[in-house]
Amino acid sequence: MSHEAEHPHILPTSVYVAVWTGLIALTGVTVGAHYVDMRHLAIPAIMVVATVKATLVLLYFMHIRFEKPLFPLMIMVTLITYAIFVVLTFSDYLYR
Amino acid sequence: MSELVAEAHGHAPHEAHRDPMGTKIGMWLFLFTEVTLFGTIFIAYGVYLYMYRLDFQRASGELNIPIGAMNTIVLLTSSLTMALAIQALQRKKTGMSLGLMAVTVLCAVAFLVIKTFEWSAKFHHHIGPSGLDAFAPHMALRPMGERIFFGLYFTMAGIHALHVIIGGIAILFAMFRVKSGKSTWDKPEFVEYTGLYWHLVDLVWIYLFPLLYLIH
Repeated sequence: MSHEAEHPHILPTSVYVAVWTGLIALTGVTVGAHYVDMRHLAIPAIMVVATVKATLVLLYFMHIRFEKPLFPLMIMVTLITYAIFVVLTFSDYLYR
Repeated sequence: MSELVAEAHGHAPHEAHRDPMGTKIGMWLFLFTEVTLFGTIFIAYGVYLYMYRLDFQRASGELNIPIGAMNTIVLLTSSLTMALAIQALQRKKTGMSLGLMAVTVLCAVAFLVIKTFEWSAKFHHHIGPSGLDAFAPHMALRPMGERIFFGLYFTMAGIHALHVIIGGIAILFAMFRVKSGKSTWDKPEFVEYTGLYWHLVDLVWIYLFPLLYLIH
């Protein structure tokens, strides 16, 4: 069995460096946006940028993009379960 | 039976019990328990942010953004070097893999040193967990929401820093295994899973940094 057949998804260094550059740039965006007064949009904006960064880390650094479908499926089940916790908690606190 | 199968494939008998798919599923299940650990504290943070919005913004304004941003860059860079260390191991470049893991550990140490300076300054200004006697009198002068914010700040950043320490030690173990030939390009699981853990530590910080430092 050849090296490539054993590990079909060895990513080139340039992909990792590109992802890292994106992550640093998005950090700069978050810190920069902090000095713009966005009022009630500030926290949603923070969460959107953080989620884009988290997705990059999951897909490339954690190789989820190249795993068997079982792994993204397991992650989705975890995130949906967590979303249920969040929705139930806030459906209580927001309407007291 | 499994030994017969292994010998038929030309492997040593003790290797017959390797199950990379099973151990990878196990590692991810463990990572999901970490999501539950941090996730529940994030929900508590969300509820109190909703209840004490102004107090949270005022208290967040007392945190040092440049220091937090510097630690973010350190952690993101360490995630890059860890990912590259695994890639180097897969390409059979053992020396390069060890070097990149050493850089990752140095980043972990740098993160903790920066955190120590940051927290020393906070303690010096009598900002700390209000449950501790040393801080209780000063923290009692603050509104409830600010006390809760700093309580969450020290809890969340503290548990995260504990993960940085554990992750750093795990990477040292991974280096030892690579050096002694236990982890190799065709048996990279231990190093790969250490990397997954390290990236999770990075993931948590990706949410922690803006939610703690940048909400005002």
